[in-house]
Amino acid sequence: MNSEQSIEQSTEQGREQSPKPTKPLTRFITDDDNCWQLSQYQNLGGYDGLKHALTLSHTAVLDEIKASNLRGRGGAGFPTGLKWSFVPQGDDAPRPKYMIVNADEMEPGAFKDRLLLEKTPHQIIEGLLIGGYTLDADIGYIFIRGDYYTAIQHIEIALKECYDNNLLGKDILGSGFNFEIHIHTSAGRYICGEETALINSLEGKRATPRAKPPFPQVAGLWGKPTIVNNVETFCNLPHIINFGADWFKSLGRFKDSGTKIFGVSGRVKNPGLWELPMGTPIGEIIENYAGGMSDGYKLKGYLPGGGSTDFLLEKHFDTPMDYDEIGKQRSRMGTGTIIVLDDKYCPVAMVLNLVKFFAQESCGWCTPCRDGLPWAAVLLEKIEQGKGELTDIEQLEDLCKFAAPGNTFCALAPGAVEPLQSALNYFRDDFEQHIEQKSCPYCAQDHSEAAHD
Amino acid sequence: MTLHNEIPTNQTVELSDVEKAQIDKLLLETPYTSGASIDALKIIQSHRGWVSDTSLLALSLYLNLPLGDLDSVATFYNLIFRQPVGKVVLHPCDGISCDLMGGQKIRLCINKQLKITNGQTTEDNQFTLIPLPCLGACDKAPVMIANQILFELIQEESLPLILNNLTEATSK
Ligand SMILES: Cc1cc2nc3c(=O)[nH]c(=O)nc-3n(C[C@H](O)[C@H](O)[C@H](O)COP(=O)(O)O)c2cc1C
Ligand code: SF4
Ligand code: FES
Repeated sequence: MNSEQSIEQSTEQGREQSPKPTKPLTRFITDDDNCWQLSQYQNLGGYDGLKHALTLSHTAVLDEIKASNLRGRGGAGFPTGLKWSFVPQGDDAPRPKYMIVNADEMEPGAFKDRLLLEKTPHQIIEGLLIGGYTLDADIGYIFIRGDYYTAIQHIEIALKECYDNNLLGKDILGSGFNFEIHIHTSAGRYICGEETALINSLEGKRATPRAKPPFPQVAGLWGKPTIVNNVETFCNLPHIINFGADWFKSLGRFKDSGTKIFGVSGRVKNPGLWELPMGTPIGEIIENYAGGMSDGYKLKGYLPGGGSTDFLLEKHFDTPMDYDEIGKQRSRMGTGTIIVLDDKYCPVAMVLNLVKFFAQESCGWCTPCRDGLPWAAVLLEKIEQGKGELTDIEQLEDLCKFAAPGNTFCALAPGAVEPLQSALNYFRDDFEQHIEQKSCPYCAQDHSEAAHD
Repeated sequence: MTLHNEIPTNQTVELSDVEKAQIDKLLLETPYTSGASIDALKIIQSHRGWVSDTSLLALSLYLNLPLGDLDSVATFYNLIFRQPVGKVVLHPCDGISCDLMGGQKIRLCINKQLKITNGQTTEDNQFTLIPLPCLGACDKAPVMIANQILFELIQEESLPLILNNLTEATSK
């Protein structure tokens, strides 16, 4: 089969005929177990975005991405086009330039990238190729969590399919554009997901974040210009190029553009992942898609965007899942994966679990993180075991303040204390009750969660 | 932490030809040798089960990288083992979504059934228990990874069967 030709044809047809999708990110996921493979991806219009991009100038592609208002899906929501515009361009720009897919996904409660990695490896590669073309980059990396075995296998095969079909390597599809992609499987540490720590890890070092400036866009991997974006961010690119920035903006229900993979875990009837418009109200996701609480359980609160976001309550159900709107409620969109806390699980135990995790994963560079988080874990453990004092609550509040943004080199510590500080606010009675009755009020209720070690 | 000091570091072992060939391949893809160090450690571990002091020294000599640099990397990452592990490493998830769904109970059950606590290996050298945080399958909680397989929606009652199957898979 002459693959180049068939791509050409399907592209022409695809651009003419295919109606503009409302769920672009999952449109390649079908019931077929092999839907992740190249032939199926192409049959559904895969690599049309790249084909189109290759006919445009670098600046035209960048302008389209800027116009789409795409914001990074890795947690911080930074505008992707703006981030890219800091990369040096032109003939005297340093080389090679690197473009990296952040597929480390180790945030507690986050499981959206795994779906995209396993089911749509080519969508990620296509996004990475478009990014590489836009910034005139040379080398791409997919930095993937080491225990995502199926995803790693699919990405490896997908890369080979691309090399075999002139979608990677020299003179891609006859366009003169050269690009290669390597895969790096992480040896495991949450901090590897922080973009400058990730770069250190790729250089074979301990994954400690770097002081900024210089920013990676200027001096990143091996001192060269480097862009790091989340898996889901890359997945949006083929569709923006294919169907246009205006279409992308029209997808959102509120201010933010596009769709997002939202998820819910915890004691709900139907935990899972759904691609929904940006701006979908939180309550709709929990009630309609996750089916509401499981029988016998009531909602106590939830972390709207994974384990490093502030708790919100049922009264915030009308808030649209939009970066700024959730910000107004003093929480964050984060990864868009909601963790639901039910009325039978102790909120102190939940925060303890999270703080212990962050304490363990601290890289050890900054004092509020290296020393503050383990101390917060000790205090929480004390309270959970019924040995706490009221002054412990004050100390916990102090530790949260010490770890506030600006006091540390990276966002791990500020994120770590978000569930804690909001739990102290919303569930203060629970903390005080532990201290007053000198035991966990929840342990007696539901013995299945009795032993929080 | 005396386990990995059994053999003094001044005693050398050679990397095998297969290990060397795999590491040489890595070197082609990185502009600086150090870029290969994490993957090289993983290669050694895949052949030897863990990274001993002696294999670390062998790697240091082979790559011409400082031993201290390699050890600082080897001890930083969760999935590089600096102590011997059993035939199967069990990674039950101790992330919050799993715990909300009874993950704690499952881990206690494993402790009881295998008579080991976190970080320990069973006497018959079959299982090592290393819980890991969120394994990215929170909608199927509680979960566990072992032998590169993800076990979802684990119930106490299904644990004996899972452990049995894992034992059988390694005895073949
Ligand atoms: C401790 C920590 C862990 C992170 N983990 C991830 C991760 O696993 N995946 C990810 O995409 N971003 C992660 N981030 C955010 C990255 O630093 C970076 O902002 C992101 O990859 C940028 O991509 P985006 O602009 O497409 O969102 C993490 C940040 C911190 C501070
Ligand atoms: S905040 Fe924590 S993880 Fe981030 S650099 Fe400081 S010590 Fe390291
Ligand atoms: S918390 Fe266990 S898989 Fe996410």
